Amino acid sequence: MSAELALLGPILAAMLAAATPLLFAALGELVVEKSGVLNLGVEGMMLVGAVCGFAVTVKTGSSTAGFAMGAAAGAAMAGLFAVLTLLLLANQVATGLALTLFGVGLSALIGQGFVGIPIPDVPELYIPGLTDIPVIGKALFGQDALVYLALAMVPAVHWFMYGTRKGLVLRAVGENHAAAHALGYKVIRIRFLAVLFGGAMSGMAGAYLSLDYTPMWAEGITAGRGWIALALVVFATWKPARVLLGAWLFGGVTIAQLHVQGLGIDIPSQVLSMLPYLATVLVLVLISRDIARIRLNAPASLGKVFHPDA
Amino acid sequence: MSLLRLEPRGQASRVMVYLTPVIAVALTLVSGFLLFWAMGFDPVKALHAFFIAPLMSVRGLGELAVKATPLVLCAVGLAIGFRANVWNIGAEGQLTLGAITGGGLALAFYGDGGWWLLPLMIVAGMAGGALWAAIPAFLRTRFNASEILTSLMLTYVALLLLNYMTHGPYRDPEGFAFPESRLFEADAVMPILIQGTRVHLGSLFALLAVAGGWVLIARTFIGFQIKVIGLTPAAAGYAGFNEKKIIWLTLLLSGALAGLAGLGEVAGPIGQITPTVSPGYGFTAIIVAFLGRLHPVGILLAGFLMALSFIGGEAAQIGLGLPKAITGVFQGMLLFFLLATDVLIRYRVRFGAQKKAAGKVMA
Repeated sequence: MSAELALLGPILAAMLAAATPLLFAALGELVVEKSGVLNLGVEGMMLVGAVCGFAVTVKTGSSTAGFAMGAAAGAAMAGLFAVLTLLLLANQVATGLALTLFGVGLSALIGQGFVGIPIPDVPELYIPGLTDIPVIGKALFGQDALVYLALAMVPAVHWFMYGTRKGLVLRAVGENHAAAHALGYKVIRIRFLAVLFGGAMSGMAGAYLSLDYTPMWAEGITAGRGWIALALVVFATWKPARVLLGAWLFGGVTIAQLHVQGLGIDIPSQVLSMLPYLATVLVLVLISRDIARIRLNAPASLGKVFHPDA
Repeated sequence: MSLLRLEPRGQASRVMVYLTPVIAVALTLVSGFLLFWAMGFDPVKALHAFFIAPLMSVRGLGELAVKATPLVLCAVGLAIGFRANVWNIGAEGQLTLGAITGGGLALAFYGDGGWWLLPLMIVAGMAGGALWAAIPAFLRTRFNASEILTSLMLTYVALLLLNYMTHGPYRDPEGFAFPESRLFEADAVMPILIQGTRVHLGSLFALLAVAGGWVLIARTFIGFQIKVIGLTPAAAGYAGFNEKKIIWLTLLLSGALAGLAGLGEVAGPIGQITPTVSPGYGFTAIIVAFLGRLHPVGILLAGFLMALSFIGGEAAQIGLGLPKAITGVFQGMLLFFLLATDVLIRYRVRFGAQKKAAGKVMA
């Protein structure tokens, strides 16, 4: 086997890992947006999920408990957002920004005692034979459970959204909340649940970062991934399968720039680190320029305040 | 929902517009009290160190103005955009660019400056910020790309660019490879306005921005268009207002003001270009804009309050060993409470079920 091919296996595995937090966060936000709510607080929920998951893993030694805590913390943050926007009818854009700003501060506060503390490794799958397959073995059969869970969420979300009655109702609420309300659907309850789900997914995304991807806690560990996830939802034109494509694309860009940095090519590391952000802008532009397509796919009630009496 | 019901007011309550920020501040203080208590600090002592002690000296008051300056500059610009539903949340990046472009001139003309250098730096700083904001404006008007996401992504790019510049081209040649620029010469530094403090020329610009922002919003046709687009985009369309022009204008304006804020930092209190120019002024300015009700005068007051949270955070960190991150928590809480109480402007809170209330009226 040539040296290049030997390198390809780890790169592929790393790409899947880099895509995982984006996949969690973007799929969660997709469900939220499909219900007609725009939650810009993904970054904040991820950060709080990351630090809470990390703290619990440090205290208990169990990464499973950590992931669960990450999801719960993300959902708690989302609950705050839901109360403000759905019950108190606050502006969703402003509240989402507040959630992120709050999450940045809160996570730093919680995490101050956890900087530089080591945690146990998250066990990785090992299937004798399959994991040992050259190049693709490690990538396909040697990851940890969260990577597979994230991948499994893609068909799961798709099935829920397009294959179940509840998914249909959720989409109806997102398209026209007044009509859904008139038909007797509990718009606020449905949106509340969607927002909580999105929060849990963001929390998992954060916990994956702090427990597994870079097993440590550092302030601002998410480095804008929450915002990239938001862009991915637009990129995917609110379709779960395309979220997967987008997440892999960004995983690829992230890993590619890391490897170029490692090769010692004479490009400043800062310039390479810009690439994922610039790529986000680029794909956003490429998708958004097709206004008809955005209009066709974006939930029609996205970001609009719903009040049953109004 | 039956216990607590929201009943639309016929008209937005003027009283609540002014009262809700006060309620929000009060709620934040109460939560702060509980938070300090839960963390095992003496809450009275901590709140005193945080919010009162910094105001007890001339130097402290001066620092308040120093910190309020970039916040107000950024927030005035952001608020004008927010009014037109243009969500520029990348003020931090535009501020950073202002520091890079304006501050870069101080280094380029190091050793042969003159009276003209500072004015030139100010123009360059504003141009840098405006240029950075022009990218989201272009992408939004030409390609329909959300300015929320593009302006934020560009903030990360700007911060990396600053990091690169301070490690590379801007690095002090005599600085032993330390990632900082030379100290600016006297020609390139904002003059101090009040002796004995660090209050500099930038504060005057902030006041000018407040006045200018008020005139623009309240007294010009552009300001009228901004308000109409923000409140009822459809009506603005029928009236033939050019929304793209407003997007460009608000983004360029807020970018230029943020750029000025950044230049004011490197040519003011910092006095050189460092890898971190701002402790998040551009993000906090979003809170300042909302807390100030998107009104320039309100923003001035809110700017001072938020500046206090920065200074108080530092003071409490030094004096009581409180974690610095608590500043961000306070700022976030304040915005939450403000958004939560905002509901009182357009709705009355009623207790009990609706039917009961109707029955009472009939009886």
